[in-house]
Amino acid sequence: MRDDKIDQIIDQHRGMPGSLTRVLVEIQHENHWLPRGVLRRVAEALDVPFSRVMQIATVYKTFSLTPKGRHEVHVCTGMSCHLRGAAGLLDAVQRLIGIKPGETDAESRFSLETGSCLGTCSIGPEIIVDGTHHGRMTPAKAEDVLKHYR
Amino acid sequence: MPRLHSAAELEELRAGILSGRDPEMPCIAVCAGAGCHGLDSGRVVSAFEEEVGKLSLGAKVTIRATGCHGFCEKGPNVVISPGAICYFEVKPEDVPDIVAHTVKGEVLDRLVYTDPDTGQKAVHLGEVPFYKHQTRLLIGDNPRIDPMRIEDYLALGGYAALSKALFEMSPDQVIDEVKKANLRGRGGGGFPAGLKWETAKNAPGADKYVIVNGHEGEPGAFMDRALFTGNPHLVLEGLIIGAYAIGAHQGFIYTRHDSPQLIAHIERALAQAEEYGFLGENILGSGFNFRVELHFDVGIFVSGESSALMQSIEGNPPEPRSKYIRTSVSGIWDRPSNLNNVETWANVPQIISRGAEWYTSIGTERSKGTKLISLSGHIMNSGVAEVPMGTPLRTIVYDIGGGVPGGKAPRAVHLGGPMGGSIPERLIDTPLDFDELAALGAPIGAGGLLVMDDETDMVEVARYLLEFLTNESCGKCVPCREGMRQMLKILTNITKGKGKSDDIGRLEDLSDVTGVACLCALGKTAPDPLRSMLRYFRDEFEAQIASGTEAR
Repeated sequence: MRDDKIDQIIDQHRGMPGSLTRVLVEIQHENHWLPRGVLRRVAEALDVPFSRVMQIATVYKTFSLTPKGRHEVHVCTGMSCHLRGAAGLLDAVQRLIGIKPGETDAESRFSLETGSCLGTCSIGPEIIVDGTHHGRMTPAKAEDVLKHYR
Repeated sequence: MPRLHSAAELEELRAGILSGRDPEMPCIAVCAGAGCHGLDSGRVVSAFEEEVGKLSLGAKVTIRATGCHGFCEKGPNVVISPGAICYFEVKPEDVPDIVAHTVKGEVLDRLVYTDPDTGQKAVHLGEVPFYKHQTRLLIGDNPRIDPMRIEDYLALGGYAALSKALFEMSPDQVIDEVKKANLRGRGGGGFPAGLKWETAKNAPGADKYVIVNGHEGEPGAFMDRALFTGNPHLVLEGLIIGAYAIGAHQGFIYTRHDSPQLIAHIERALAQAEEYGFLGENILGSGFNFRVELHFDVGIFVSGESSALMQSIEGNPPEPRSKYIRTSVSGIWDRPSNLNNVETWANVPQIISRGAEWYTSIGTERSKGTKLISLSGHIMNSGVAEVPMGTPLRTIVYDIGGGVPGGKAPRAVHLGGPMGGSIPERLIDTPLDFDELAALGAPIGAGGLLVMDDETDMVEVARYLLEFLTNESCGKCVPCREGMRQMLKILTNITKGKGKSDDIGRLEDLSDVTGVACLCALGKTAPDPLRSMLRYFRDEFEAQIASGTEAR
């Protein structure tokens, strides 16, 4: 965990309850998950009840309350990617890394997510690893892409 | 840069920017929009910068990383001005060749567009079939703008409409102009923007808000991101004009958290607008004050619905409320809140600069102006297109889109995303018009157009869309939460070969109930795709039930 970075984010919004969602987004981007202790600090610093912090942290799908793997694999299952074979691609990725969407493997190497459209329909179907897009994927190409992430 | 204090200072600044620019100097615009970025256009930009640095050509060529050009399918795209010479599928290895040809004023033949059927080449943007049939009033400036530089927007006449509104028009005149232009909301509803503005303006209360809905959660829709990322000041200028007309001093931009480039460009645009005096206190010396805050959606489809979005801005979970009272009367913190979509706001500056009369000369009787379309699915040329309202879908699918890969026939054209509808190929001559398409059961929605080829299983598409919406239902109201779950169950059974003879009747009953009883538009329109498919492709559902076998 990058504690100093998290402190910095919290400090920027100290005493501003309206910034709750924003703070959680920034911590999620930085740390990839929201540890309970951090959420307590957010509640205290922004002066919002802890229950409120938990409500926001659990309602939005992007927030994770469990640790993520070193690499976040996202298979787009938006409609255009779906028409272009995303379901088969997702099957292949699940087979390759041995986990289902929402899971992280035992070695914390990969976390797998599916999700709605990221707006790059023209190069679908695609997988996005740590924010890098890999377009026009086939199950064979996916294997090639994923083996580079250790 | 000191703040501008008057319209004259703005024009002086603009003249200064233009006098420092040589229109004859070649400018290489590399598309860094979402699609091209995904195809590694970042490396192409670096390669250009390196090459120009290596040959010390900095004074002879400009390199510009821009927003989406439109033709995502053939990315990374490069456009060279003057002349708008288009190169497609550019790789870093091609860069030295492009630079060498550009400084000599020559065209690099091997990277220009070649028609896949005739082999004919097209050098200039206006000759490429994908662009030729478009009217690019909103997105056409993207290749001419570095979204991180307000100077580029000012050089193209940016903020002149704001200056005109502030100094030559009263707020009522601005609203009248937008009403006369018959600008209809581009986010899905097609509600007249001018009327909404008027409602917000006349609603009781001193504090009012204006909001940009940049959520764009509709799968297969990516034009708002293309426009907002590529030309953020255009949207911002529209918003400021709207705020002036309505009498709002606080604005909100609500957009996606998962697009770092979009966020960076909006934040930069807000900071620059503030620095130059287009935001903040006493804008351009007019006495009008206006500030804007940026808020994020965090991955929930329903937070694009207006009342849910406003809940989210307040810091609450994004659950819609029933709208006995419109949000334009009682929205954020129960105050009048006028929400429009990105593309709607982007239309405002040109309506103010060029007038409602000009604007209404484009389009059909009841749908004016142009519309951005995200073309995707089974199509040769996917990307972002902009066409006048009234353009036949055939032109969009065939002339711009290049038809279905492999010369196949399209089975259906789907519009409006997961709450839209599919129409069969035989209706492809229908014009792009809010009302005509809605009557056919395939509303324009936000502008996502998906083409499905003749091998597409429509029952499976209906199931897929309901699955998406079932997962995205916030669960607040029962008809949506339970109704969709049951519909999905029935459809899943049908695709698995376990359909029963009365399933279609039951699906129709459930559609009718959810259609009227749900709280918000997500639930009310959730059965629409299924309805359209039962309307046009009923035989496929019947055949699938009768066959009792698993779908392909």
